[in-house]
Amino acid sequence: MTSAVEVKGVTKKFKTVTALSNVSLTVGKGELFGIIGADGAGKTTLFRILCTLMLADEGRAEVLGFDARKEYRSIRSRIGYMPGRFSLYTDLSVEENLKFFATVFNTTVEENYELIADIYTQLEPFKKRMAGQLSGGMKQKLALCCALIHRPDLLLLDEPTTGVDAVSRREFWQMLGRLKEQGITILVSTPYMDEASLCDRVAFLQDGTILAVDTPVGITGLFTAPLFSVRANEKHKLLTRLRSYPHAKSVYAFGSSVHYTDHRPSASSEEIMRYLSESELQEITIERIEPGIEDTFMALMKTDDGSHHE
Amino acid sequence: MSEPVIHTEQLTRKFGEFTAVDAISFSVGEGEVFGFLGANGAGKTTAMKMLTGLLLPTSGKAAVAGFDVFTETESIKKNIGYMSQRFSLYDDLTARENIRFFGGIYGLSSASIQEKSKALLSSLDLLPVADSRLSDLPLGWKQKLAFSVALLHEPKIVFLDEPTGGVDPMTRRRFWDMIYEAADRGVTVFVTTHYMDEAEYCDRVSIMVNGRIAALDTPTAMKDSFGVTTMDELFIRLVRPGAGEGI
Repeated sequence: MTSAVEVKGVTKKFKTVTALSNVSLTVGKGELFGIIGADGAGKTTLFRILCTLMLADEGRAEVLGFDARKEYRSIRSRIGYMPGRFSLYTDLSVEENLKFFATVFNTTVEENYELIADIYTQLEPFKKRMAGQLSGGMKQKLALCCALIHRPDLLLLDEPTTGVDAVSRREFWQMLGRLKEQGITILVSTPYMDEASLCDRVAFLQDGTILAVDTPVGITGLFTAPLFSVRANEKHKLLTRLRSYPHAKSVYAFGSSVHYTDHRPSASSEEIMRYLSESELQEITIERIEPGIEDTFMALMKTDDGSHHE
Repeated sequence: MSEPVIHTEQLTRKFGEFTAVDAISFSVGEGEVFGFLGANGAGKTTAMKMLTGLLLPTSGKAAVAGFDVFTETESIKKNIGYMSQRFSLYDDLTARENIRFFGGIYGLSSASIQEKSKALLSSLDLLPVADSRLSDLPLGWKQKLAFSVALLHEPKIVFLDEPTGGVDPMTRRRFWDMIYEAADRGVTVFVTTHYMDEAEYCDRVSIMVNGRIAALDTPTAMKDSFGVTTMDELFIRLVRPGAGEGI
């Protein structure tokens, strides 16, 4: 067996909503695999099916070589799951929560301590504190420790960094990197595009459908149109001006600049510059750039959600 | 900058021995988009609660929309808009019902609610789905509606607490278009976010570290003064001095 997760044609419906539609993907052993998608894309449904907490309507899911429908017991003892919502016991202390999860999995904190030592040392000063009284970052670290304490082969992390600040997010991903080195397969979902580049491979999920699965480099390779980064003294005016350019295909704010693609395959920055110069905008710069993950995701996204098209 | 819509001087809030907000002083002007950044636990939420009249400060001074945060908290609540990712609208009510409900909460007359409801639904292109439950609408639509409902009573200022958390990159950008439109109409926008690219969309940003405002300026000036090229680098530099390269 070389794959840790094997999903084939999985569909899951809730009344009128199709949460997952014919989803197939393979996660290799030892891979750090990212599921990138917004709220409502189907990320959590996929995780619940893999955790054997929910059955697919159609298709088949195999986790660590076991069938998610029939062999759920074997799966449950070998995976660690960190749900999106904080699910530890708020009225137990940090220490008690960890002990509880170790006991449930027939092990002890001491037996696997070295696996969590790195993370747990940051929590140790607060070990007597009730889990409900911890800060957001601390709760997240404790939840990760509890998901790891039985040394699972596969770690399933559902949006571990949502609502977490940029610095703590970065530290969290450093921890994931170290766990990967220990040979643990990690499947992690996130709405943050910048985190995708830290995965071995990623799947883009939108409205229950996989738009693409590839390495971060492979993903950006799907973006083929010439991409320009445009700057000017007034960003909002620049956006409006570019959007009213008849040749404009996509115009998106990207931090301090605007990313622009043209309907013409051979558009030049000189032409765009000429158009922008005819306005009150100043300090205009235009440069050709390589697309990033977020550019690619937006280009692949379906835009029929009823909102206006750019 | 015209008459400030928010003005604080040495605003402080303590919880027992712990100082959550430590003597912060700043002003936000009319029609300004002000980004309020900081790490988890830096004191942002406590500061926001004081500015929205939900929590009394321990010491210092502050006025929001011309009202005092110590003595006029009820007037503050009536004169501000508020929206967060966690709480905005009722999912099991329709778009029309949500507008009526929040219009009532803000004390608008039935006639005024009717009129605004019609105008709002048509300007957001929501008329065809005005009577469907909100839970059946795509997130992007709900978010547009939530923002408009927060502005229903025409407040001078709207507080947005992580309005774009968990949202796809396209919807996130459309949301910022709405923010700009509101600001162009003179509404002051006070917004928190964990997306550092969004910090760049603000006229000015402040970064809170351990209860204090560690930096406050336009994104460009702030990056220049710290000698960095992105807000991400700047944030990491301020929040974790000595940390290396990362995301």
